[in-house]
Amino acid sequence: MKHTLAVLVENRPGVLTHISGLISRRAFNIESIAAGYTEEPDTTRITIVVEGDEIEQEQVVNQLSKLIDVIKISDLTAVESIQRELALIKVKASLETRSDIINIVNIFRASIVDVSRETMVIELSGDETKIDALCQVLEEDHGIIEIVRTGKIALSRGPIPAKA
Amino acid sequence: MIMTGAEAIIESLKKENVDVAFGYPGGAVLTLYDALYKANFRHILTKHEQGAVHAADGYARATGKVGVVIATSGPGATNLVTGIATAYMDSIPMVAITGQVAVPLIGRDSFQEADIRGITTPITKHNYLVKTVEELPRALKEAFYIARTGRPGPVVVDIAKDVFAATFDYEYPLEVKLRGYHPVNEGNQTVINQVFEEVSSASKPLLFIGGGVNLSDSSSELREFVEQSGFPVITSLMGLGCIPFDHPQFLGMVGMHGTYAANMATTECDLLLGIGVRFDDRVTGLLSDFASKAKIIHFDIDPAEINKNVIAQIRVIGDLKWSLPALMKKVGGVSGELKERVRPWREKVLGWKQDFPLTYEQGKDLVMPQAVVEKVSQLTQGEAVIVTDVGQNQIWAAQFYGFKHPRRFLTSGGLGTMGYGLPAALGAQCGLPDQKVVLFVGDGGVMMNCQELATLADCNFPVVVLVLNNQTLGMVAQWQRMFYGGRYSHTSLKGHTDFVKLAEAMGVTGLRVSEPAELDKVLAQALAVQGPVLVDIRTPETVDVLPMVPAGARLDQMIMGG
Repeated sequence: MKHTLAVLVENRPGVLTHISGLISRRAFNIESIAAGYTEEPDTTRITIVVEGDEIEQEQVVNQLSKLIDVIKISDLTAVESIQRELALIKVKASLETRSDIINIVNIFRASIVDVSRETMVIELSGDETKIDALCQVLEEDHGIIEIVRTGKIALSRGPIPAKA
Repeated sequence: MIMTGAEAIIESLKKENVDVAFGYPGGAVLTLYDALYKANFRHILTKHEQGAVHAADGYARATGKVGVVIATSGPGATNLVTGIATAYMDSIPMVAITGQVAVPLIGRDSFQEADIRGITTPITKHNYLVKTVEELPRALKEAFYIARTGRPGPVVVDIAKDVFAATFDYEYPLEVKLRGYHPVNEGNQTVINQVFEEVSSASKPLLFIGGGVNLSDSSSELREFVEQSGFPVITSLMGLGCIPFDHPQFLGMVGMHGTYAANMATTECDLLLGIGVRFDDRVTGLLSDFASKAKIIHFDIDPAEINKNVIAQIRVIGDLKWSLPALMKKVGGVSGELKERVRPWREKVLGWKQDFPLTYEQGKDLVMPQAVVEKVSQLTQGEAVIVTDVGQNQIWAAQFYGFKHPRRFLTSGGLGTMGYGLPAALGAQCGLPDQKVVLFVGDGGVMMNCQELATLADCNFPVVVLVLNNQTLGMVAQWQRMFYGGRYSHTSLKGHTDFVKLAEAMGVTGLRVSEPAELDKVLAQALAVQGPVLVDIRTPETVDVLPMVPAGARLDQMIMGG
């Protein structure tokens, strides 16, 4: 099964090298990884989605915890959490097809962030399946030129932060 | 105090009680070497950076202190890689200080530039790239702290060339503040209670001792537990010496080349206490059938070791200096009962030990390698510091020397690094000047770092180098004989090298043993030499290390022999 981990690390040069080095050395199966600043300037938060059974997942947590730069790891799979991914999709769009694309975008509650004579760029945030669904419709009906996705980020519901 | 970065490094080394560094100078560390010169800091100049890093490792294993190695940027640093990986696999405390090109040159493929931080990330406990002199004291303080605490390991501190020369107001931090590093020394008492319940109800318990006991210097705590419990004991390669070889409850080494008694006891036991072990594949054999009748209790300071290879029913996280005495407190009261309960089991396994001892066939024309090890043991009363290379020499030393003390068997267990032995022996002798240091090495491995014979001579370190010369890469050839139809692909080392002359050319006394009758006399002579000595001992080409559990087989599927 998939586990979503919130990994709090020191905001220092080389931290991502240590994380990626470990993942490669231990041959862990990482589905997505997304890093960014947090409410504390010296802390970076990395959301990692791991595929594997309980034993593998325990190893990922244990081995990551061993890294000196890693401050704390929370498994957000075990608690109620909000999970989101952001995608930007550049789709083929002519004068004739624009209105259909706008309809699809509205249904998915996505937004159009750029238009040219031949293309549109659509922004969508949501869970993985929602983004997959939009991509599928756009690809089949209109043709996708390129996609960029952020990887999943996640936050627990309720008052308790991952650092607690 | 105002000083340069280079001077700050020397001050920091002194504050960390470092009394010697092994290394090799070069462009990026010129300023550091200038400071070493001015401070008259003790430095052992090896002939190759790989020699320096293995020497720092041997020094650390022998003394328990942090080994320090210095190398220049680029090739100097990359020559450390094998030695760092060796130390990492065996959890050896080490700080490697490498020079890096100057900050403005980093990332431009400059002369002698290599990203040693990136290269060593998977083989270090932690590493640093220091680009400003102000961050230097904290990086060094943390490096030593991380290297020696918790599960020890190597730390690389890569320092840009301009940092060595920059001046600043030096102050060494008193404390380490690391948000993400809190080794658990004292664990959970409730777990000890659970362990005690298992220990007091098991009828076929077995203690499995590993390198963790050596590293944590908890051999005396272990011995007390062994005495009070009456449980039989086995060790891994790295655990040899933690319990005296002649202890009546000791069954020998377990695993691929383990004793019959140790491997059968592991297969038959109902409770296995793994103490400072990592259940390496050379120990477990076929993992799914390892100790399949037993509950497993795993003692380790590193939580990531638990359930990595073997699933443990109880995990005891913490320093063995805490867990073993905590368990002893409970066991002490019921010692008599325990011993009585496990008596039938103990008698059974000791019967195996008696019926299937380690033996070997006597040779006719050439000296048997096992006989060399036994003879050295006899001549040194089992008190020498034994260093090995990797391969047959290593296992024969492990099987036949008879270790009495911890930290007296230095060998590359995890990584299995050929070429480790000679420089490691050098480092061990440097750390223990009053001890007899004896190296068992093959004619293959000795050539991998033979340049360090010259360092032995230059330092006049009286290491006894015993080359078990079978003119073949013995262990590889053994596998070719057993599993590859006897096709000896590139394992013959028949050549023109004269090891006696090689030794003499480098200033080391060279001796030779060609036939069994000469062995005793020449070994005695070698041990009496004041200074380094190499003995070239011709041994038969096709001697197998036995018993042997073929890779991937169950522990009870041993090929016996001897």
